[in-house]
Amino acid sequence: MSDGPILSARDVSIAFGAVRAVDGVSLDLWPGEVLAVVGESGSGKSTLLRLLAGEARPDAGTVLYRDPSGATLDVHGMGEPARRRLARTEWGFVHQDPRDGLRLAVSAGGNVGERLMASGARHYGDIRTEAARWLERVEIPAARIDDAPRLFSGGMRQRLQIARTLVTRPRLVFMDEPTGGLDVSVQARLLDMIRALVADLGIAVILVTHDIAAARLLAHRLVVMRHGRVVEEGLTDRVLDDPRHPYTQLLVSSVLAA
Amino acid sequence: MSGYNFAYLDEATKRMIRRALLKAVAVPGHQVPFGSREMPLPYGWGTGGIQVTASVIGADDTLKVIDQGADDTTNAVSIRRFFARVAPGLRTTERTAEATVIQTRHRIPETPLREGQVLVYQVPQPEPLFRLEPRRAETRRLHALADYGLMQVKLYEDIARHGRVGSSYDHPVMVNGRYLMSPSPIPSFDNPKMHRSAALQLFGAGRERRLYAVPPYTEVRSLDFEDHPFVPLRANGRCSLCGAGDSYLDEVVTDDRGGRIFVCSDTDFCTQRQTMREAAE
Amino acid sequence: MYVAVKGGEAAIANAHAWLAEERRGDTGVPEVGTDAIREQLTLGVDRVMAEGSCYDPDLAALAIKQARGDLIEAIFLLRAYRTTLPRFGASAPIDTGAMTVRRRVSATYKDLPGGQVLGPTFDYTHRLLDFALAAEGLTPPAAAETDPGEDAAPPRVTGLLAAEGLMAAEEPSDAEPGDLTRTPVTFPAGRPLRLQNLARGDEGFLLSMAYSTQRGYGNNHPFVGELRQGDLAVCFTPPELGFEIELGDLLVTECQMVNQFHGSRSEPPQFTRGYGLVFGRTERRAMAMALMDRALRAAELGEDVEAPAQDEEFVLSHSDNVEATGFLEHLKLPHYVDFQSELESVRAMRTAVKAERQRAPAEAAVRQSETEGAGG
Repeated sequence: MSDGPILSARDVSIAFGAVRAVDGVSLDLWPGEVLAVVGESGSGKSTLLRLLAGEARPDAGTVLYRDPSGATLDVHGMGEPARRRLARTEWGFVHQDPRDGLRLAVSAGGNVGERLMASGARHYGDIRTEAARWLERVEIPAARIDDAPRLFSGGMRQRLQIARTLVTRPRLVFMDEPTGGLDVSVQARLLDMIRALVADLGIAVILVTHDIAAARLLAHRLVVMRHGRVVEEGLTDRVLDDPRHPYTQLLVSSVLAA
Repeated sequence: MSGYNFAYLDEATKRMIRRALLKAVAVPGHQVPFGSREMPLPYGWGTGGIQVTASVIGADDTLKVIDQGADDTTNAVSIRRFFARVAPGLRTTERTAEATVIQTRHRIPETPLREGQVLVYQVPQPEPLFRLEPRRAETRRLHALADYGLMQVKLYEDIARHGRVGSSYDHPVMVNGRYLMSPSPIPSFDNPKMHRSAALQLFGAGRERRLYAVPPYTEVRSLDFEDHPFVPLRANGRCSLCGAGDSYLDEVVTDDRGGRIFVCSDTDFCTQRQTMREAAE
Repeated sequence: MYVAVKGGEAAIANAHAWLAEERRGDTGVPEVGTDAIREQLTLGVDRVMAEGSCYDPDLAALAIKQARGDLIEAIFLLRAYRTTLPRFGASAPIDTGAMTVRRRVSATYKDLPGGQVLGPTFDYTHRLLDFALAAEGLTPPAAAETDPGEDAAPPRVTGLLAAEGLMAAEEPSDAEPGDLTRTPVTFPAGRPLRLQNLARGDEGFLLSMAYSTQRGYGNNHPFVGELRQGDLAVCFTPPELGFEIELGDLLVTECQMVNQFHGSRSEPPQFTRGYGLVFGRTERRAMAMALMDRALRAAELGEDVEAPAQDEEFVLSHSDNVEATGFLEHLKLPHYVDFQSELESVRAMRTAVKAERQRAPAEAAVRQSETEGAGG
């Protein structure tokens, strides 16, 4: 597939006052791979995601991205223009709260079309056709293309955010608790959809979640975080079926009990 | 008028404004902050344009001032009188062809401009993105990053909702393929006149303290879609005075029973055509 | 020496005497008469009448004199007087369409029936101090009289647009509007109460809020459809008489803003209206009111309510300068009792923090070793 990881973090740390939110984390993400970062709230996993995506700058450590030509780019050294360009083309970010990732006053079609336009599309008909195709792909009726997402349910908004993010076929997507805040029945459907889309498009994903079931369904590999550190990592089945660290055992058993 | 420097502003202020204008010319379409002064006319009346005009004008210049295309509108008369008062020796004219400096609010003259002429626009709101993002700290970043997807989304929304682009005036333009720029509230009919114009176009926004410029022969493209190309709008009619069918028209209501006629908004253009017609008859 | 103790009576009496002396100023300079204020500081008088909600130029002039030119203080005086007046009834609604205009301009049409009437406006003056005014005894030459003639009551611009179906119609209603001077406003207040509130809201507040909409914080693409100013008769039907009598004339300014079309593929686009009507000639407030009226209709017209100027409760709750200045200035009143509790509370917290700091170094070391254990 490729000679190296698409994203590599080495000894990434950040502290907020006395709190070491992320403390010397290293990880690699391979093209097409789904890596889940799990842990309780406060474990530093969402902060880690922001550092990896270049949205926050670490106190120490590096994050490297390998672009389609094979060149290695320093995410925090490349400068904002280059990072923003990446963020709207080769990367995507799915927020837990779709309101953070959508323009609520802009129609569903406009929301999906924005990334196409930001990467140079200037044919209204083509943009609209592509937007309609993506709405269908995420099971939003095409008839709602001109409705603003503030009229949508929570689940529909989240599916729209996913369509908006994936429309430019990014190589790397960061997901922050994409099913958090949704009803359980809605969650299951959304997880299935994400799994199908990600597999179909061959996207590399870093998924932050506190939901072990979601991680089991989507992820190839798992990283378990506690107090800003990685306490265990490995293939999803191995970590969940044979957890070695006491904290992981606790996490897994609590989900089994639930 | 005694007690005031030529063209009202002191020379140090004029130099400061000219330096900002040089920068604006060097970076076409980019908004340059400047130390806008309090003027004896209110903000919104053209304080930016007046300061630009005052800084570039000399006693050997010929000034034309138009508002809504006309030399005889109250604000145009007021500004022309102001310069006549504070710039001794300055000639004023209503003829586009004779003017070296033309200060305008909301129009570009119909008569094509030539090399050596300066068109000074009065600009109420220099930030083309302000309706989409009111925070100027953020719009500045968007300009720096040439991140204009938001504006294209707005055009998309217009077409999706109304079947056409909604802005009939102040329609945003890309200058020199780099900066998104407000053409000032000129009707979209006038946008094409900015493209590769032989004249130097200077823009002054006094209240917002910004200057910008389009040097001669610069590419100025109105934002649009390939399949919904930009269409300059004008009223479908002919001027009742000169018969022109290709000029921008003002609607004049003649009674309260729906009666109305159209006349050229560019009074000089209209007068020239009427004179030519009379001469021909 | 200022010592805050009992027995403020003498202090108050002294302060009032000093205030009266300050108000009069140098007795070598002739005292300004309320008639001079009424005739020569007309726009100040107009503002005080508008925000004082009481149309009486003589009382407004008196209030300005008594307030030493502080217009908010003068408004307060007039409001306090107004509230004591008995209420006989309600006049017939005034018809601004029948106004004898002294000024009437439209920014949307170059010319129109009735024409553009500039009237006595600052608009095209050059703001250069006129030192001739500093000299006394100058009487300006009389202005050329223009006969208002047949067009004294020209048709409304919004009416012209409405005739073509371009202006959204207002829903007529015979419902009795509320009276915010008698009944506390509850939210949502609705347009009649909003207009009442705006009509007497602080001019500076209205101006700044309206300006914020022009700079992108709640857009409404306004055009001045028409600004008209002139006299109107106020009519009233006393129950004892049973027929209408004319009480007198009001000088008012009305502004109708024509705003951005509203509509969708199914609803045809139309212009919408923002309305302003104020006592006197303060057209800045009429215009600001019209912008604010339109901004506050955002929810009704299906627009997003995002900016402060579109938030009815925010705007209506903070527009009244008599309320605002009272509450702001009351901070000068003694707050010794409350402050004493604050003092004790802050002292107690500081003591606790200091004690914590002395314990802290030892505990931090313990926490560090725990973390390392968990990570290993």
